[in-house]
Amino acid sequence: MTVTENSPTLSENEVKFEELLAMGAKIEPRDWMPDDYRKTLIRQIGQHAHSEIIGMQPEGNWITRAPSLKRKAILMSKVQDEAGHGLYLYSAAETLGADRTDMLEKLNNGKMKYSSIFNYPTPCWADMGAIGWLVDGAAICNQVPLCRTSYGPYARAMVRICKEESFHQRQGYEIMLTLSNGSAKQKQMAQDALNRWWWPAIMMFGPRDDQSPNSELSLKWKIKLFSNDELRQKFVDIAVPQANILGLTIPDKDLSWNEKTGHYTYGEPDWEEFFEVIRGNGPCNKERVSNRREAHENGQWVRDAAIAYAKKHAEAALSKAA
Amino acid sequence: MTHKKGYPLWEVFIRSNRGIDHKHAGSLRAADAEMALQNARDLYTRRSEGVSIWVVPSNQIVASDPDDKETLFDPAEDKVYRHPTFYSLPDELEHM
Ligand SMILES: [Fe+2]
Ligand SMILES: [Fe+2]
Ligand SMILES: [Fe+2]
Repeated sequence: MTVTENSPTLSENEVKFEELLAMGAKIEPRDWMPDDYRKTLIRQIGQHAHSEIIGMQPEGNWITRAPSLKRKAILMSKVQDEAGHGLYLYSAAETLGADRTDMLEKLNNGKMKYSSIFNYPTPCWADMGAIGWLVDGAAICNQVPLCRTSYGPYARAMVRICKEESFHQRQGYEIMLTLSNGSAKQKQMAQDALNRWWWPAIMMFGPRDDQSPNSELSLKWKIKLFSNDELRQKFVDIAVPQANILGLTIPDKDLSWNEKTGHYTYGEPDWEEFFEVIRGNGPCNKERVSNRREAHENGQWVRDAAIAYAKKHAEAALSKAA
Repeated sequence: MTHKKGYPLWEVFIRSNRGIDHKHAGSLRAADAEMALQNARDLYTRRSEGVSIWVVPSNQIVASDPDDKETLFDPAEDKVYRHPTFYSLPDELEHM
C-alpha cells in the first residue's frame, strides 16, 4: 500500500482508524495506523519490555540467599516469569515493525528507558516481600486496564502477563505476612522494606497528570485508559488496608481517609528524586545497565554458535534434498 | 524477514488440551526449529497451558491484506440462504 502525504486516501484511512477506535475494536498489525500511534506504542511497549528484563536483577540478587528451598523455587519462578513478560512484549513491539536487536541495543546504550523502580537496591530479604506486594501490585494496577488497550497484540500480551502477576503479588505479600507475624526484629525488617519501597512504588505511575505531556494523546488513542493520577489513587486505596492487615505503617504522614471522596488522601512524593532516577542518577542505574550489557556481550558467542549450527544443518538438509 | 544479527522469528501455536485446535499463542525468536520448540515450551507453557506445540517460521505465513477485506469477504455477505434461519418452516415441525 503506497499512500503519499497529501493523498485523499490518507484521511480515509484516518476515518477508518478512528471508527475502529470508537467502536472499541482492536487495531491489528497490518491495519493502517497514524505514525505517532505506532511510535508511541513502540516506545511504550519497548520500555515495558525493558522494565521486565531489568526487573529481573533486584530479585535475581536474592535467589541464592532465599531463606528456604521453597522460597528459592518461588523466587526463581517469578524471575523466570519476568523474563517471559519481557519476551511477550518484545514480540508485540515487533509486530509494529520494531527490531528486537535494535531495542536491546538501545537499552544497553541507555537510549531507551525502563521503569525507574528497578534502580533501587534490595539490601534485605524483606525487599523481596515488598517488591512482590507493592511493585508487582502497582504493576497490576497499571496493567489490568492495558488488557483493553487498543492495539491487539499488546492487549493479548497484557492478558497473559496479568494472569501471571497475581502469583507475584501474593507470594510477596505472604513474605511480608510471615515477617510481620515473626519476631520483633523480623517485623522491623518488613517495616523497613515498606519504608524503602512505598514512595518508589507511588512514583511508578509516572508524573502527576498536570506534568505528563504524552498522556492526552495516549488516552485519545485508547493506548492508555486511565491517567497516572487515577491509577495511583486506585493503588493507594487498595494498598492501605493491605498494610493494615500486616500491622505495618505506611510512611506517609499526610495519609488519611477522605469521607467525602471515598478515597485516601496521600502526600506528595519527592519528584526531584523521581526525575533524578529517570535521568540515570538513581542508586543502581549504572549497575543495572552494565550488568545487562555484560550479559548480552557474554552471550554473543552462544548466539553466534546457534546461528552457525542452524545454518550448517539447513545447508546439509538442502544438499540431501538436491 | 531477515534479522540484523539475531535469530529468525517464529509463530507459536498451542493445543491446550486434547480435542481442541491449536491456537496462536504468540511469537518468539530462535535459531532453528528445535530451539523454537524448546523456547515455546519455556515461554508459553510454564503453567501447563499446552499438550502440543507447533512452531512455524513467521516468514512462511501468507496473510490476507486487511485492505482487501471488501473483495475478499463480501461475496459471502449476500448469501443469507447459507444460514438455517433463512428458511421459514411451520412451527409444528420438530427436530429440524
Ligand atoms: Fe512482569
Ligand atoms: Fe510488568
Ligand atoms: Fe511480576
